[in-house]
Amino acid sequence: MSAGLARLVARRIGTALCSLVFVVVAIFFMTAALPGDVADMLLGQNATPAAAQALRHSLHLDQPLWLRFMHWCAGMLHGDPGTSLLTGRPVSEMLAPRLYNSLLLAGATTVVSVPLALLLGLACATWRDTHFDRVMTVLTLGVVSVPAFLIATVAVFVFAVQFRIVPALSDIRSIHSVGQFILTFAMPVSTLASITMAQMIRMIRACMIDVFSAPYIEMAVLKGVPPIRIVLHHALPNAIGPVANAIALSLSSLLGGVVVIETIFNYPGLAQLMVDSVMLRDVPIIQSCALLFCLTYLFLTTLADIVALASVRKGRGA
Amino acid sequence: MTHMISVSNLEIVGRRRHGPAVPIVRDVSLDVAEGQMLALIGESGSGKTTIALSLLGHARAGCAISGGRIMVAGHDVTTMTAGELRAFRGRTISYVAQNAGTAFNPALSLGQQVIEPARVHWSMTRAQAEHKMIDLFRALALPDPETIGARYPHQLSGGQLQRLMAAMALVTDPEIVVFDEPTTALDVTTQIEVLAAFRSVLADRGITGVYVTHDLAVVAQIADHAVVLRHGQVRESGPVAEILGNPRDDYTRELVAACRIPPRTTFPAPVLDRAVETVLDLSGVIVGYGRLDAAGLPERRILDEVSLSVPRGSTLGIIGESGCGKSTLARTISGLQPWAAGQVTFRGEALAPDIARRTREQRRRLQIVAQNADMVLNPAWRIGASIERVLTFFRGLKGAEARNEAARLLDMVRLPHALLDRLPGELSGGQKQRINFARALAARPDLVLCDEITAALDPVVAAAILELMAELQRELGISYIFITHDLHAVRAVCDDVAVLYGGKVVEHNSSQSLTTGAHHPYTRLLVSSVPEMRAGWLTEAMTARQAGRPEPLQVAPQGGCRFFPRCDVRMPGTCDHNPVPVQILPGGARIACFTNAAALVPDGDDGSCPDFHNRPISGTDSPEEVRHDDPASF
Repeated sequence: MSAGLARLVARRIGTALCSLVFVVVAIFFMTAALPGDVADMLLGQNATPAAAQALRHSLHLDQPLWLRFMHWCAGMLHGDPGTSLLTGRPVSEMLAPRLYNSLLLAGATTVVSVPLALLLGLACATWRDTHFDRVMTVLTLGVVSVPAFLIATVAVFVFAVQFRIVPALSDIRSIHSVGQFILTFAMPVSTLASITMAQMIRMIRACMIDVFSAPYIEMAVLKGVPPIRIVLHHALPNAIGPVANAIALSLSSLLGGVVVIETIFNYPGLAQLMVDSVMLRDVPIIQSCALLFCLTYLFLTTLADIVALASVRKGRGA
Repeated sequence: MTHMISVSNLEIVGRRRHGPAVPIVRDVSLDVAEGQMLALIGESGSGKTTIALSLLGHARAGCAISGGRIMVAGHDVTTMTAGELRAFRGRTISYVAQNAGTAFNPALSLGQQVIEPARVHWSMTRAQAEHKMIDLFRALALPDPETIGARYPHQLSGGQLQRLMAAMALVTDPEIVVFDEPTTALDVTTQIEVLAAFRSVLADRGITGVYVTHDLAVVAQIADHAVVLRHGQVRESGPVAEILGNPRDDYTRELVAACRIPPRTTFPAPVLDRAVETVLDLSGVIVGYGRLDAAGLPERRILDEVSLSVPRGSTLGIIGESGCGKSTLARTISGLQPWAAGQVTFRGEALAPDIARRTREQRRRLQIVAQNADMVLNPAWRIGASIERVLTFFRGLKGAEARNEAARLLDMVRLPHALLDRLPGELSGGQKQRINFARALAARPDLVLCDEITAALDPVVAAAILELMAELQRELGISYIFITHDLHAVRAVCDDVAVLYGGKVVEHNSSQSLTTGAHHPYTRLLVSSVPEMRAGWLTEAMTARQAGRPEPLQVAPQGGCRFFPRCDVRMPGTCDHNPVPVQILPGGARIACFTNAAALVPDGDDGSCPDFHNRPISGTDSPEEVRHDDPASF
């Protein structure tokens, strides 16, 4: 790696860290501004002003906002995201299994969607303006335009209720074999993948068409290079940067889709935990979940930019 | 006689989506005998590249071969299947593209790309192909033939890439090579070397060629026969000598005339006479980047102590190869690129380095006309709006007043008023450049900076623009700085000329004396590299060059003259260490060189004296005076 590239990568990571600081501040103060009060929620019918006051004191909720922020930040720096206001268990302990489940779902979706999207995106660009391309365009635009919950609900109705091929709910504790794994994950993964793939295919197609119009592609045609070699050897290396960005953006939007999908399929992931915690005003869990989502987003976009930088550097140099 | 290429009644149509078919090439027939070189001559839009590509059975997106027959090396190209075409391209016939900088894939090493035709046709093993490639690199006079293949396109110069592209075309030993304006994007000094390399390689291998170009002087050097095209039709065809020497068609005559622009007829004002009122004066201007040295000046200099002046109503030409700092000079004067040191005086007032700190009046009086009119004119604005905006901004004209003034400006640049309601996309390249000029004139400037304004235009159109510039100067008394790499254009419009090399002014002289009298070795190299429109010029020029020229050095000197590595009168030990002296000749011309001016007169010219050759000057035998790298002297 050259010194110039190292400097550029360092600068990109620096930018990501600045965004992270902003995100941390924004998450804390936005969740603090949420309406409702956990003390009232916990005490329910028995809430007397004195009891609520005492509970707030014991949860340190009567401290000024900035002091709580400092405590929270200090905890985060030590890797301790605090304790749940409702259960009293450490947030990290509650988050860990959920994070594992969510990563499993996102990972399975990535493994399915990225290669398929690459293949279809390349095919669309190669056979541009043919019937294949037009059908793909209609399909991808259709999927992009329909909200995720509708696709998920229709999928449940067709495959789980009408045909009874797959379970409607994802009970991941009952998985004991590969077959069961595939059956359980088929619905949420295919729903998520269809949404992310549609975006990726559109963007990969656009990037590749851009590269295909370059003079060196015409030169390759005039050298008698076979079409497959033109796509893989001449065009793809020049599209890595934009394609990596397209994939990263789609994958990070996958995390947004997860909230809806996990709720509909009752999948025990991070997003479901977050939705439940919002109902119960369990602020530390909301904060940690939000932070995790933001971290993933930042990580993916930063990674894509670094890949793009490295590929540009290799090709076009200093 | 057998013809290697035989095209008859070729028709090619273009079609926009759902639009009607528009003929691009109509009823073109041509033949090329084995081992001969055919030139396809024409301006942009004449269909010359379209015809050249059709020989490889290729039509660009939106185009289609709709009729006629193309026989190439015994194959009927129009009836071949996709698979047959793949086997044919790069093997039987190969292609050398106009711009090697974009035709090479930036992500792959050059060697990989050069041997690819041989690899995809399974005609040799990798080792054989690489061996062949190195032989070709050597034949094409490329530096480091063994290792240059490991490099990437951005690491080499345009002239080197163009030769690598020729190697790529030749690696499979094709019977035919199609060259598509391969030297148009190169500097003259590079063009001559590339042309010579191409010619010797083609002659050695007996290859049949098709050479697409608009430059008749190049045609005279490299082709046997020529076909003149216009609007997709053949205007004239025949042997090159016939077409250039005795053109029968009106359009061919116009083309030939455009390559012989008469030199400026008005008697030039005395060169560099400070008593004449100067419009613009630069002294010791330094522009650079990188770390600052002890004196607080940038380490890497794009412009190094440039001093120039433009007398009122005259034209100063700036010439030099790409990368010499020409365009930076324009950006510096116009305030887009602030300078680190030096002074610029405009009409007696000091100019601020940054355009934001210049007064509106200063900005109005100093206008720039850029090379590419497409990048200046907003494609969504009508021509009238673009011009009226300048009138409103600088002169406060509004409504009908602005409209009338815009119409008057169109008269000035000889365009019909109807264009005011058109969009830039509906205009031709020459019309857009005229509008670009009108836009600058709308501010009523004293000085117009013209940065390569004719570089993107066809010769006939460019000649008309140069004529317009001279007319406007006579009518309005404006001064120009004319930046170009075209020496014909310099002679046609400039009074004085400054030669830039590596950011330094190496010579400042009258433009009419470029071919006579004493000159800096670099100026002589530039002038002698401009092709002349007669057969045999290239051979003479190359022989003359090889006779008196030491091999160029690969390392740049640490101090002294920047031209040292390429100089034919260099004196090691002197030129590469000491500060360069500036000699002022009796006519007022200045030359920055160690060799005595009397020895810098071209051979055969009066005043040349072989005794002076390679004798360093001392303070006493210089013609008038010598100052040692004194910034104020330039």
